[in-house]
Amino acid sequence: MKTLTFPAGGIHPPEEKHYTERKTIENLPLPKRVVIPLQQHIGAPCEALVKVKETVSAGQPIGGAKGFVSAPVHASISGIVTAVAPMPHAIGRDVPSVVIDSDGEDRKFDGLSGCEDFLSLSPGELKTKIRDAGIVGMGGATFPTHVKLSPPAEKSIDTVIVNGVECEPFLTADHRLMLEAPEKILGGLSILMKVLGVSRGVVGIERNKPDAIEVMSREAVSLPGIEVVPLKVKYPQGAEKQLIKAILNREVPSGGLPMDVGVVVQNVGTASAIYCAVHDGMPLIERVTTVTGPGIRDPKNLRVRIGTPFSELIDYCGGFKGKRGKVISGGPMMGMTQYSLEVPVIKGTSGILVFREEDLKLKDSRPCIRCGKCVEACPMRINPSLLGVYVEAGVMDELEGNRILDCIECGSCAFICPAARPLVHLIRFGKAEVMARKKK
Amino acid sequence: MAEEKKETTSKPAPNEKGNKAPVKKKEEAAAEPLVLSSSPHIASGESIPLLMHNVILALVPGLLVGLYFFGFDALRVLLITTVTAIGFEVLLQRIMHRTVTVGDLSAALTGILLAMNLPAGAPWWLCVVGSGVAIIIGKQLYGGLGYNLFNPALVARVVLLISWPVQMTTWPKAQPFFQRGVDTVTGATPLGRMKESILLHHDLSGIAHLSLIDPFLGHVGGSLGEISALALIIGGLYLIAKRVITWHIPFSFLGTVLVIAALFHGIDPNRYAPPQFHLVTGGLILGAFFMATDLVTSPVTHRGMLVFGVGCGLITMTIRFWGGYPEGVSFAILLMNAATPLIDRWVKPGTFGTRGNGN
Repeated sequence: MKTLTFPAGGIHPPEEKHYTERKTIENLPLPKRVVIPLQQHIGAPCEALVKVKETVSAGQPIGGAKGFVSAPVHASISGIVTAVAPMPHAIGRDVPSVVIDSDGEDRKFDGLSGCEDFLSLSPGELKTKIRDAGIVGMGGATFPTHVKLSPPAEKSIDTVIVNGVECEPFLTADHRLMLEAPEKILGGLSILMKVLGVSRGVVGIERNKPDAIEVMSREAVSLPGIEVVPLKVKYPQGAEKQLIKAILNREVPSGGLPMDVGVVVQNVGTASAIYCAVHDGMPLIERVTTVTGPGIRDPKNLRVRIGTPFSELIDYCGGFKGKRGKVISGGPMMGMTQYSLEVPVIKGTSGILVFREEDLKLKDSRPCIRCGKCVEACPMRINPSLLGVYVEAGVMDELEGNRILDCIECGSCAFICPAARPLVHLIRFGKAEVMARKKK
Repeated sequence: MAEEKKETTSKPAPNEKGNKAPVKKKEEAAAEPLVLSSSPHIASGESIPLLMHNVILALVPGLLVGLYFFGFDALRVLLITTVTAIGFEVLLQRIMHRTVTVGDLSAALTGILLAMNLPAGAPWWLCVVGSGVAIIIGKQLYGGLGYNLFNPALVARVVLLISWPVQMTTWPKAQPFFQRGVDTVTGATPLGRMKESILLHHDLSGIAHLSLIDPFLGHVGGSLGEISALALIIGGLYLIAKRVITWHIPFSFLGTVLVIAALFHGIDPNRYAPPQFHLVTGGLILGAFFMATDLVTSPVTHRGMLVFGVGCGLITMTIRFWGGYPEGVSFAILLMNAATPLIDRWVKPGTFGTRGNGN
């Protein structure tokens, strides 16, 4: 059988999954203090529902969603609120957050109730549970899930895809979750299918995780309408548009969303969180994240309460090895470098990656030699070299016509560039400029 | 605050807000600050020197054949052009206060390519002038590697050909190294003979006796590095295998030449040589695999490359059939170099989600 993949562009970065792919998920001990940002999603920030000195329990809502594209946040431990103030956040600036000091009891919030026979609930009830649980896309983009589950009437959805690709090098959290909790992921997929009223569910997994393909396939046998599809290994297959192209050969139109081609995509972590929310009544207060890289003494996959500072995860993994260079939230292709180790794990933190000083290859950027390798590598088939040159030269009028807004910032172009040009950086700048002009 | 800080660029990146050092938090003041930068955080092993190195390696078979058939003359030309090309690059970058970048091997490559485009008996001054033209006019005055519009070695070849036609068309006869006598005889190239025969006799009788095996292997008059089609094809395939170039330009270039030659040969075999003759003679193979594929001066999209290659083929054959020169490869590539910015403007990659899925 021909293994599916998206046809145009893509790269093959070294996978580096060996650090953690065989490490069973461990529960990180309860943190003494959590910092829970009131914004952990794309969209409007939440309003604080608690005050300083108030006692809270795990699962209690502490931030209420303001607006439709928003998701509530919950206390991830029980204890006392010690501050409601701007705190460091992985996006690189301070964000209003609720700080909770633990009482060590991990008391669960009273208002939580699960439902064993979840498929008896109506789509509307299920969607409400998902929204109230504060579930957002856990692959990193953190788009509120209930919004994806509310397509306008004219968009008919026929397929739900669960994204088990995990194409970022080094990261293995999704891989381990598929091995250790396949029933939760598939349960989540069943819920998604029920909410959207579709009969087709697909789990896409790259061939570099044969054990996950096997476990998930075995678990899916009894579930009608759900299939597990092995995919060729190619970055960025985990990008929504590339994944839909690979599995269904449908192309999301430029500027459009997956729902425009009848598809909703959810990451495996999200699917599992949906199951926990509906079945157990547990809001999204913890996630699995990979702590890895050559700069970590003992890399691990950890189940972590939201709001736990990075420093605690790193300490639990034996601390730094060698001279620390970069600490990245997420994978090496799309993750963000951190300036502080006190930033908390949020709903979208798929991994913490540490490079030592000697791993940072400081290559000087040179002028573009027009080799075309970035054009070849670009999965969106735009021309990164040209866009980079335009941004450098300040020729902003040419950017939109050359489809700069289609860039998904996957980093394939900059990865491959022999002249070491910071192409994603330049394009990001150009995109911001184009967006600003559009607003005027 | 500390948003994006590029540590790799020497000049400030556009959206940097002037904060040279990453923001230090109190608790980390003691430790070294963490490095902040824009994604991605890993890079492939690709580099400019590696690309150039691979091209030079791919030229080795062609060079060896040249050295075998033209002996020490060829070695002399090769050394002079390479050393002076590097010299001119260093000199000019010093004068213009630019970073000296000879380490990227691009000047060395230009020198080698120039040598391959010269007759093995070229006088030393011709080689020096050629290197100067290639590096100074063809490259550095445009702004250096990446900014040049034309293939530097070809600019030099054409300037020399127009300025010193006699020296540029005095071809030493190819003689295997161990058979070389004291006297070096000169002889015409197959394409030269073809042109002459058509002009004098209005037919191809002058090349009727020529075997095609000789130019295929390299036992033929011509520029130092263009005589052996076989050696150059081996090098060209190596470049494709190493993904330095793609098949698009060489195959569309050669394909166009073959189709046109076959068409005209079919119409009038007495006046137009067969396609296989056109394929193995002159600088076609060298041009198609090594000169037209110059990264800087050819289009960046695959479809653009096809347009470029077809254009090269059309112009080459126009000149070979009806032009004043026996050979048209250099002119064809230079003309298409000039068209490259337009091709890149018109032929865009078919953006995902627009119409179909590109090429």
